[in-house]
Amino acid sequence: MADQKINWAAIDNDPEFQELHRKKTRFLWTLMVISMIYYFMLPIMAAYFPELFKIKVWGPMNVGLLFALSEFAVAGAIAVIYAQRANQEFDTMAREIISRAHRLKG
Amino acid sequence: MQRFLIRCLAAVPGLGVALLPVVVFAADTGAVAPQYRILTFLVFGAIIGLTLYITFWAAKYTHSTAEFYAAGRTVSGLQNGWAIAGDYLSAASFLGIAGLVSLNGYDGFMYSVGFLVAFITVLLVIAEPCRNIGKYTLGDILAFRNNRRTAKTVAAFSTITVSTFYLIAQMVGGGVLVKTLIGIDYEVSVVVVGVLMLSYVVFGGMKATTWVQIVKAALLVLASTLLVFFVWAPYGFSMPAFLTAVVSDEKVIGRVAKLLGDSASNMTPAQLGQRFLEPGLLLKDPLDQLSLGMALVLGTAGLPHILMRFFTVPTAQAARKSVIWAMIIIGGFYVLTLFLGLGAAINVGAAKISAFDKGGNMAAPLLAQFVGGGADSILGNLFLAFVAAVAFATIVAVVAGLVLASASAMAHDIYVGVIRGDHATPEEQVRAARISALIVGVVSIGLGIMAKGQNVAHLVGLAFAVAASSNLPAVVMTLYWKRCNTGGVVLGMVVGAVTAIGLVMVSPNMTYPLEKIAAANNVLQEDQALLTTALAPARQAEMSKNIEKLSKEISAAQDELKKYEGQTTSLVGLQAPIFMMKNPGIVSIPAGFLCVIIGSLLFRDKRAEEMWDELYVRQNTGLQAESSASH
Repeated sequence: MADQKINWAAIDNDPEFQELHRKKTRFLWTLMVISMIYYFMLPIMAAYFPELFKIKVWGPMNVGLLFALSEFAVAGAIAVIYAQRANQEFDTMAREIISRAHRLKG
Repeated sequence: MQRFLIRCLAAVPGLGVALLPVVVFAADTGAVAPQYRILTFLVFGAIIGLTLYITFWAAKYTHSTAEFYAAGRTVSGLQNGWAIAGDYLSAASFLGIAGLVSLNGYDGFMYSVGFLVAFITVLLVIAEPCRNIGKYTLGDILAFRNNRRTAKTVAAFSTITVSTFYLIAQMVGGGVLVKTLIGIDYEVSVVVVGVLMLSYVVFGGMKATTWVQIVKAALLVLASTLLVFFVWAPYGFSMPAFLTAVVSDEKVIGRVAKLLGDSASNMTPAQLGQRFLEPGLLLKDPLDQLSLGMALVLGTAGLPHILMRFFTVPTAQAARKSVIWAMIIIGGFYVLTLFLGLGAAINVGAAKISAFDKGGNMAAPLLAQFVGGGADSILGNLFLAFVAAVAFATIVAVVAGLVLASASAMAHDIYVGVIRGDHATPEEQVRAARISALIVGVVSIGLGIMAKGQNVAHLVGLAFAVAASSNLPAVVMTLYWKRCNTGGVVLGMVVGAVTAIGLVMVSPNMTYPLEKIAAANNVLQEDQALLTTALAPARQAEMSKNIEKLSKEISAAQDELKKYEGQTTSLVGLQAPIFMMKNPGIVSIPAGFLCVIIGSLLFRDKRAEEMWDELYVRQNTGLQAESSASH
C-alpha cells in the first residue's frame, strides 16, 4: 500500500480542494433541503389543505394528483441537475487535485 | 472445493423438479384454477431455470472475496441501476402499492412517492463517498476512522438486525403470496424460496445475485408495462378519458361509499367517484405520515443491502450513474403502479381483490388475469402465471440481497475483522462468507416458518426506521463531521436502534388483546341484534344475503374471542399502546443523530480526528479507492 506516501493534510489544505469542498457542500445540501421540503409538502398539504388538492384541472385530474406526479418530475430534475454539475465540474476539479497529489508524491 | 460446489449446483434444478409433484398435490386453493396450474409451473420453471443458469455461470468467476462480496467491482452503472431497482422493488412495492391504490385510490399512490424520493438522499450524500471509502460492508465505512473492532461489531449487529426484520417480512409475505396465487403450502414455499436464494448466494455470490436482480427487475418492468398498455389502450391512452372511467365506475363508487360509511349518504355518485382521487381515504394521521416519510427518505440510504450495491461498481462516477438509472427505473415503475391500481379498481373491483387478500396484494395478478381474457381463458391464466412468477422471482431476489448483506457482516466484519483481527487468507475468507450465507439462510427459513400467521407488515417499516435511526446517522456523521468518533457512532447506533424498536414494541402495531376482545364483543352485540330482525319471517327473503354475511361476521368475532381468551396484555405486557404512532422515525431519527453528537463530544478519539483529512480527501476525490478486480 502506498498510503503513507500521500500527504492527506497537504491536499486538504490545498486551496483548490477547499474550493471543491465549499462548492460541493453548498450545492449538495441546498439540493437536499429543496428536495426534502418539496417531498414533505405532499403529506402536509394532503392533510391540512385537502380542499386545494380537490380542485379539478384536467377532467377528473385534480391538483393533488398533479402534485403527486410532480414529485417524480422534481426528484428526477434534482438528480439530473446534480449529475450534470458533478460530471462537468466536480469530477474535473477532483481529477486535477489527484494529478497534483501524484506529482507531489513523486 | 469448487468442483464440488458446481456439482451441488447442478443438482439443484433436479431438486426443484422433485419438489413439483409434492407441490401440485398440496395445492387446493389459490387464484389460479387447478387446470391451469401447470401453466404457472412452466413459467415458474422457466424463470427459475434461467436464474440457476446465471448462478452456474457466475460460480465460475467467484473465487476471491472481492468477487464474492462485490462482483469484482466490474458491474457497470447501468447494470447496477437495474440491480438496485431489483433489490428495492420488493413484492411489497410491486403488489402492495398496486393493491393500496386499487383499494384506497389517491392515498395508495401518495405512499409510493417516498420510496422514490429516498434515492435523492442516496445520490447526494451516500453513494459516491461510500464507493470511495468502503470495501464490502457498512462496517468498513464506519471502521475507516473509528476503532476498527468496535465499529465493525456495532455495524454488523445493526446490519443483521435491519436485514432480519426486512427478511422476515419478505419470507412471510412471499409464503402467503405464493399460497394465495397457486395454493402451494406456506412451509413448502418458504423452503423453496430459501433453497433457491441460498443457491444464488452461496455459489454465485454477488455476481449471481446482481444478475438475478437485473433479470427480475427487467421482468417486473416488462410485466407492468404490458399490463398498463392493455389497461390504458381502450381509452386511447388519454389520461382524462381513463380517469373519467375510474371516477364513474360503479365498483369504485361502491368502494368509496363503503370506506366513508355514514358520511357518504349525502354525497352524489359523481362526488363519491371523484373522492377516490382525493386524499384521506387511507392515511388519517398526518404526524404518522411525516414519521413514515422520514423513515423512508432517510432509511433507504441506510439499508445495508442497498449500500452494498455501491461496492460492485468500478468508480464513484459509476455509482452516481447507477443511482440515476435506478431512479429512472423505480420512478417509472411507481407511475405504472398508479395505472395498475386504478386499472384493477375498475376492471377487477375492490370487493374481489380484498376477497383474495385484505391488503390488496392480489390486485396486479387479478388484473393480469382479466386483461388476458378472464379466469376461464388460457391467455388470462398464462398472463396471471407470468405475473405470479415475476412476483416469486422478486421475493427470491430481494431475499438473496438481504442474506448476502447479513452474511458479509457476519463473515467480513465479525469473523475476519473482529475475531481474526483481519488476518485470514483469501481462501479462508471466501469459505467464511459461504458458510455465513448458509447459516443466515437456514436461520431465515426457520424464522420464516416460525412467523407463519403473524402480522409482519410493520416489520418493513421497522427495518426502514432502524436503518434511518441507526445506520444513517452513523454513516453521515462519519463522512461529514470532523469531530465524529467511535463513542458517537456506538452511542448513536445503539440508542437509534433501541429507540426505534422500543417505540414499535409499545405502539399500536402490537396486538392488544383487550382491544381485540372489546371490538369482537361490539360486533357480536350489533350483529346479533341485526340478525334477530333479519330472521323475522316477514323479511327473511329480502335479507337472506345479509343473514349469510352476518353469520360469517359473528363466527369470525367468536373465533377472535376464543383466540384472545384470558389474555390481557401485549407481548411486552401492556394493556394499551403508550406511543400512539405507527412509525417511530420522527422520534428515533433525531435521537440517533443527537446521540452521535453527544457521544462524539463525550469521548474524545485522537485517531478519528487524525484520519479526518484522509477520509475527507478520499471521499471527495476517489484517491486510493478499492480498484476493480483484474483477471
